[in-house]
Amino acid sequence: MIEFWINAAIAILLSAIGIMAVRQQRLFAVIILSGAYSLVAATWFVILDAVDVAFTEAAVGAGVSTVLALGTLSMVPANEKQRPVEALPLTLAIATGLLLLLAVADMPEFGSPDTPVQQHVGPHYITQSEKEIGVPNIVTSVLSSYRGFDTFGETAVIFTAAIAVFLILTGWTRKKVAKKPKPKTSASKSDV
Amino acid sequence: MQDDPVIRVVAKVLTPAIMLFALYVQFHGDYGPGGGFQAGVIFASAFILNAIVFGMNRGRHVWPPKFNLQCIALGVILYGGTGVASLFLGGNFLDYNVLSHDPIHGQHLGILLIEFGVGLTVASVMVGLFFAFASRTQHLRLLDLSPSKAATSSKVDAKTKPKTTKSASKTKQASNPK
Repeated sequence: MIEFWINAAIAILLSAIGIMAVRQQRLFAVIILSGAYSLVAATWFVILDAVDVAFTEAAVGAGVSTVLALGTLSMVPANEKQRPVEALPLTLAIATGLLLLLAVADMPEFGSPDTPVQQHVGPHYITQSEKEIGVPNIVTSVLSSYRGFDTFGETAVIFTAAIAVFLILTGWTRKKVAKKPKPKTSASKSDV
Repeated sequence: MQDDPVIRVVAKVLTPAIMLFALYVQFHGDYGPGGGFQAGVIFASAFILNAIVFGMNRGRHVWPPKFNLQCIALGVILYGGTGVASLFLGGNFLDYNVLSHDPIHGQHLGILLIEFGVGLTVASVMVGLFFAFASRTQHLRLLDLSPSKAATSSKVDAKTKPKTTKSASKTKQASNPK
């Protein structure tokens, strides 16, 4: 029963922060509110026993992305442009929200073990992880060993995204890249 | 912000603690919550805090952009290299069982290596992203957004911004051949 009230309080807090962020015109306040949203969401993940996700949400959502957004804010106007509320997007958003709420009613109960998701490879990971991998944290063993290829893809995505952002923001040109590091790249290749 | 002694002292005290915590999260990820991704972000936040408080130039001195790029690539190479190493040792790609004489040992070694690769890439990507954003403006106005500044119209910003960035890039190109 106490868990229900904690969940309800967090849900109300999350929606309140969300509504405040939408209604706020000053972008600085919006960024701080989104950081607060992430922090509250991290608390919720802890209650749902998803400690690793909570950790990531607190570090990335509330920490680094807030700083990056503040860095972006120093390049753009500080206030949001005032626009009249349009009918079509509003109705679309409300309709989608209602549909999602309807879909929640059809979802299996939280933590129930006989859902299709829990029946597939989950039991194998939970029962065999200790014997096959020997790592107490099953999340780590799934992420880095059973699903190591996926994590490799994620790392490659981060790498590619960062290179793209650097190319756009720091204004590297082809000339600079082609002139300087050509002999070096061949040397480093032979190193590898 | 850089002249405030309280912020300077607190940042100096906190930086090693943050880095130590990041290393704990990195290498204790097998036993508790955490792992390479979270550790990388926490490790980067120590350098970002340093750069915010002590200025961009000093931040760039501590973590040079070239070193940053090398670290980004090195993390991915370490991850992929672990996979290729297991290929050469007779297993599948990223099958850590063959990395050591004992499968469990191999798994531990493989997880440690690839988590370190992820952490290295994520940390340097986060620091690099912050520097890339921050170097676009001469002065990073992070926390001194007064309402009067906020009230300035967007038109002025839009007009002056492209000129300054263009001239900045021109001076960069002009200064580069020297």
